[in-house]
Amino acid sequence: MTTTTPQVPSVKQLRSPKGRLTFLRPAAGFAAAAVALFAVAPLALSDFRLGLLAKYLCTAMVAVGICLAWGRGGLLTLGQGVFFGLGGYAMAMHLKIADAGPGQVPDFMQLYGTATELPWWWRPFANPVFALAATVLLPMAVAAILGSFVFRRRVKGAYFAILSQALAAAFAIWLVGQQATTGGTNGLTDIQGFFGYDLDDPVNQRMVYFVIATVLLLLIALARQLIHSRYGELLVAVRDSEERVRFLGYNPANVKLVAYVVAAGMAGLAGALFVPAVGIISPALIGIVPSIELVIGAAVGGRASLVGAVLGAIAVAWARTALSEEFPAAWTYFQGLLFIVALAFLPGGLASLVGIVRRRRASRAPEGEAA
Amino acid sequence: MAGTAALAAVVALSACGAKTNSGSTSDKAAQADTSGDTIKVGLLNSLSGTMAISEVTVRDSLKLAIDEINASGGVLGKKIKPISEDGASDWPTFAEKASKLIKEDRVAATFGCWTSASRKAVKPVFEKNRSLLFYPVQYEGLEESPYIFYTGATTNQQIVPALDYLKSQGKKKIYLVGSDYVFPRTANKEIKAYAKANGMTVLGEDYAPLGSTEFSTIANKVKASKADAVFNTLNGDSNVAFFKEYKSAGLTATRMPVVSVSIAEEEVKSIGSQYLAGQLTAWNYYQTTPGAANTTFVKAYKAKYGQDKPTSDPMEAAYTSVYLWKAMVEKAKSFDPEKVKAASDGITFEAPEGKVTVDGASQHIYKTARIGKVGTDGLIQEVWNSGKPIKPDPFLKGYSWASGLS
Repeated sequence: MTTTTPQVPSVKQLRSPKGRLTFLRPAAGFAAAAVALFAVAPLALSDFRLGLLAKYLCTAMVAVGICLAWGRGGLLTLGQGVFFGLGGYAMAMHLKIADAGPGQVPDFMQLYGTATELPWWWRPFANPVFALAATVLLPMAVAAILGSFVFRRRVKGAYFAILSQALAAAFAIWLVGQQATTGGTNGLTDIQGFFGYDLDDPVNQRMVYFVIATVLLLLIALARQLIHSRYGELLVAVRDSEERVRFLGYNPANVKLVAYVVAAGMAGLAGALFVPAVGIISPALIGIVPSIELVIGAAVGGRASLVGAVLGAIAVAWARTALSEEFPAAWTYFQGLLFIVALAFLPGGLASLVGIVRRRRASRAPEGEAA
Repeated sequence: MAGTAALAAVVALSACGAKTNSGSTSDKAAQADTSGDTIKVGLLNSLSGTMAISEVTVRDSLKLAIDEINASGGVLGKKIKPISEDGASDWPTFAEKASKLIKEDRVAATFGCWTSASRKAVKPVFEKNRSLLFYPVQYEGLEESPYIFYTGATTNQQIVPALDYLKSQGKKKIYLVGSDYVFPRTANKEIKAYAKANGMTVLGEDYAPLGSTEFSTIANKVKASKADAVFNTLNGDSNVAFFKEYKSAGLTATRMPVVSVSIAEEEVKSIGSQYLAGQLTAWNYYQTTPGAANTTFVKAYKAKYGQDKPTSDPMEAAYTSVYLWKAMVEKAKSFDPEKVKAASDGITFEAPEGKVTVDGASQHIYKTARIGKVGTDGLIQEVWNSGKPIKPDPFLKGYSWASGLS
């Protein structure tokens, strides 16, 4: 169902130094991914496993953004949980209001709050269009404000990472404290419907999975476009030598800001789609530890490579489930070991294996094609 | 290209899903696997993360009950096969594992969860799949899920008796200290309502993040308040730091006693009895609770897991929950959750804490409240009990002061 029509290669692609067939590779990759996500997975996996895959794909969406901001832009985004959470809460707030029905407040507010009517900052989320837009725009706005402040002041490296972490911790603590309006540590749970569709129904769960898979592919395409554009080259230039870019007349702060804001939007969208897939959003998903876990997936797979980051995020999330099912008492050790091995021996992530193999081959046959 | 095709697929598929409020919700109760000569049950506890220290003891206790039942012939002629899953102190993981136990392993019932947040996370999973959860920990009340049996205390079996006890001791001014999460915040709301109606004053209310170890400010505030007693709903490691600061602030059990609702024998051991001696606790069971059933339980537990291992209230409630499930299944002559629920009312068990009875309407159990005092040996000795098991009242409907709470 997803055959890609062969396109006429552009002049630029034909002149690509790596050879004529380069333009086909990403297209073939997309087709393969689409077949795997839309045909193989739904047929091969039970409803339960497909639901888990939907959850993994959400972390992969965050990884796409991390690949862009960290892998390409050198911004160690250790606080993506904040944007994931903003998107997730925006979506969950709307779904909770919809579940409660007109004139009613969500179940947890009746339990923990004194509120008989929605707090003022909940009210706009009753509107589905506002809520949907907020899942992406809210994280982007926060990232834009924070980023312009931070990058203009030339905060970078470890300081930027620490700042991101502090933000994640602060946001999680704030949410826990506001039990009456945010559900506290419980978060927003027991979400029944998704824009009128009953999430209890396996058919609708499947629909959610397809939406998530589609969005992931679109985000990958978008990120690929950005990476291969002039902007993408500038971003790598900023990562590798910020001063030089500044001397060339560009403002590195703006270049970084764009990557940071786009990554935040992707994390927000991931959080928003995580909610119907899993049925929960809670502070436990957005603090320091989950923020680090999001980065680890991309690091294991290879942060500079889109494919590596995405597959890494999926693999790490899958390994977490598989290991914990197999060894409920000892899986955390295995998981830790896996990270150490991956990062100690392959600092560029699993994706760098391809490069290593290729270089080996190239050194053996100096005039080979892969040089 | 791929995206468009996928979108088309989405649109096509979305046409067949059930709408909310359409009344046509799928009627797929998860079928427990009753074939073969074993019956599977799920054990869902945090084996890693911050809650592991407490929840592993509950898992051990559940396994003890299962072993005992298997040794005496099993349930309806089938041996129980426990499937253990790690909730990892992470609420969405609890939900994921609950689904796995129900849908993939097709267990007949699941035992476990500790924090209220984990229970809230799995509640919809059990309700949607119509599978049973036995929840063994005292909690903040205000909940009645048709698919959860609550074998720990609800508020009127633990917190209200503790307040009654303080009142009878002439402690009129109290200070509230708790961890920042749902149980302490909700419990304190109930405590404030009680205090208001009973002529007590709440001098202060402080929360520390779960796992926080910085308590000098709180200890000094408590000291400055000159309260008669402190009501402590801190959980986990924070208690260690709190009691150390409490002692160094010069506060003692005789001068300003602390009543704790989350400190059992296991925690006393890790905090150190030198900091806790003389302080009060409120539970339904202590290792020292008299009775033949408890003597057997303590002996069996120590024989299986080590002589230095104490037994505590949540462990006892977990142990009891397996026996209650067995009795319900045998009365229903079926593993079907609906039949088990229908058979639950009036089921009794001579538990280590004393006789417990299931209240079918609320799916909670009648429990005796016990106030204890921590001894220098690390054990807790009972100083007061309610005399008879108290009827569970999760929504505090029987208390006029609680009318505005839910």
